[in-house]
Amino acid sequence: MDKTLFGDNQFFAVNHASDEKARAQSVRFKEDSAIIKVLDQAIDMGINTFMCTTHDRIANICDHLRANPARYKNFNIYPCMPYAHKYANAVTELGIMGTIKQYVPGNVFSTFAKGGFAFLSKDFIGLMELLIDAEMKMFKGINTPVIFIQNVLTDMILGLKMYDVFKEYDAYIRKKFNAEPGYITMNMPRLLDALNSVGIENPIICSSINKIGFRMSGGIEIYEKYLNEKQFRPIAMQVLAAGAIRPKEAIEYLGKFPRIESVLFGASSKEHIRETMDLIEVNLYQSCHCEEEVLIPSCHCE
Amino acid sequence: MINGAIIGLGKMGLSHAAIVGAHPDVEMVAVCDTSSMVLDAFKKFSKVNTYSDYKEMIEKESLDFVLVATPTRFHYPMVNYALGKGLHVYCEKPFSLTTQEGEELVQIARSKGLVNQVGYHNQFIGTFRELKRLINAGVLGEVIHFVGEAYGPVVTKEKGNTWRSKPEEGGGCLYDYSSHVLNLIQEIVGRPVKASGSQLKSIYSKGVEDAVYGTLTLANGVSGLLSVNWSDETYRKMSTSITVIGKNGKIICDATEIKIFLKEPVKKEGLDKGWTTKYITDFAIPVDFYLRGEEYSAQIDHFISCIKNKKQAVINSFEQGLYTDKVIEMIITDAKKQLTNG
Repeated sequence: MDKTLFGDNQFFAVNHASDEKARAQSVRFKEDSAIIKVLDQAIDMGINTFMCTTHDRIANICDHLRANPARYKNFNIYPCMPYAHKYANAVTELGIMGTIKQYVPGNVFSTFAKGGFAFLSKDFIGLMELLIDAEMKMFKGINTPVIFIQNVLTDMILGLKMYDVFKEYDAYIRKKFNAEPGYITMNMPRLLDALNSVGIENPIICSSINKIGFRMSGGIEIYEKYLNEKQFRPIAMQVLAAGAIRPKEAIEYLGKFPRIESVLFGASSKEHIRETMDLIEVNLYQSCHCEEEVLIPSCHCE
Repeated sequence: MINGAIIGLGKMGLSHAAIVGAHPDVEMVAVCDTSSMVLDAFKKFSKVNTYSDYKEMIEKESLDFVLVATPTRFHYPMVNYALGKGLHVYCEKPFSLTTQEGEELVQIARSKGLVNQVGYHNQFIGTFRELKRLINAGVLGEVIHFVGEAYGPVVTKEKGNTWRSKPEEGGGCLYDYSSHVLNLIQEIVGRPVKASGSQLKSIYSKGVEDAVYGTLTLANGVSGLLSVNWSDETYRKMSTSITVIGKNGKIICDATEIKIFLKEPVKKEGLDKGWTTKYITDFAIPVDFYLRGEEYSAQIDHFISCIKNKKQAVINSFEQGLYTDKVIEMIITDAKKQLTNG
């Protein structure tokens, strides 16, 4: 994974500190071209991975990527599914069955030719696979080396202790998409234990990691313990704690944990992207050419 | 360990089930729903016992509490039955469809000394708590006016026919969205005693309102406005805010930030003259397990700690939930009067 993963919250009116700022962003990114412009700027600065929800508008961005294969041939997307608000609003309005009917492609009853509804209502894994396929359709022809489950779903499965669902998801993503499964969570230590308990080793886990413990459920101590002691591939998100921490301080904190592989962040101005990328480059551990796992600035091999 | 069960596995029920399931002091022993598909999923992937009849579940299982997250019209019979069996009860909002039924449940819970709580989760959002604290500390001086608002994209097309589109079953924007705002106004600013100029407007729905507007007056004579619309797709998700205006300034509060404007500084609170903005990062209630927001876990923590410590819920008791139902009733009565008066 790249050290810097570019996120999409800023494009879709998600701002954890201010609903008002979120709405201002939705005005700015009303047109898809505004999103593409920022993505292009990020790519020109060396960003190669866009981690995004399966929001309807991402489909338009994917069309643009496919239409310009030369420009984007090395560009990766890490899809994060599902776009939960789409389903949550649908469940409120249509109920669970109605939502499935709306989002499973084609006629759900003919899809399950073996026995229609009765089959559908027993074959949860088949249903999960259909929903994943539906969400993944928009990425056809685009590199998607890592595919994530969004935290709402990850944490729901985690709380319900339905850990075998993770196992099935993990296997399907590897088999069908030849990709690495990833997990976004607000409960990293608990999730890692759950994944390990069903035989998923060294998973990619994206969770809040910041100096003030914001959205680090169970407390910052256990997060730090897991980051120091456990075997997994952490991605840090919410590193600025919704703006409560200055970027320099925030990224320097991540530098304390050599296992952190990547940082997910979103920004909409060139200056912010540049500033954050530079900080990540300097502070995140990586193999220096002396092959010591050290912080680049503290390596004195030269 | 405290043994609990969930009745009703819709969106809120599933969310509660996950939070209760993850709670270190609770053993979630059973779930109950009428959907065989949902129950089959629990049978297949979890270890909890499943039931389609809540009475049978309560009879067979050894429970300390039940959490009721069914459509509103089932609240009264289910809560009544559970209290009758001596169980502590957590009930989703809105509490009851008629205030007579609500009164009865409040009395039963009280006489039996059972812990009782209603799911108005906004009370557990750090910013709204801080707003309440600042108002009580008197930073605004005498309160003159308030505005309670909520907007979101639930019904944005002319279709859909579930219990949420039937007023007699507790559907509609008044019960669903406005109840949250009314509950916040009641707990932060004061209990409304009168509704006037109430308007229940249908935009896309048939049979129920999609927007609620009107004036509310508190016992001390202070009045304010209510403006709620669940057919507003300029919002990505439900956004609730409370504005309070006093002689010394104004506070605008939502789930993410509190914006304070003061004419004169309030030294004991460290608040300067002019604008101060504070963010949820300073007020979020720490939780052991997070799903959709700290508030959802924090409210369950409150309920469980009341059971553990044999105390009554001080936040979102049945009585408080019932008062919100009473204000809903005031609004319905007033809106009908508006219509008759043409």
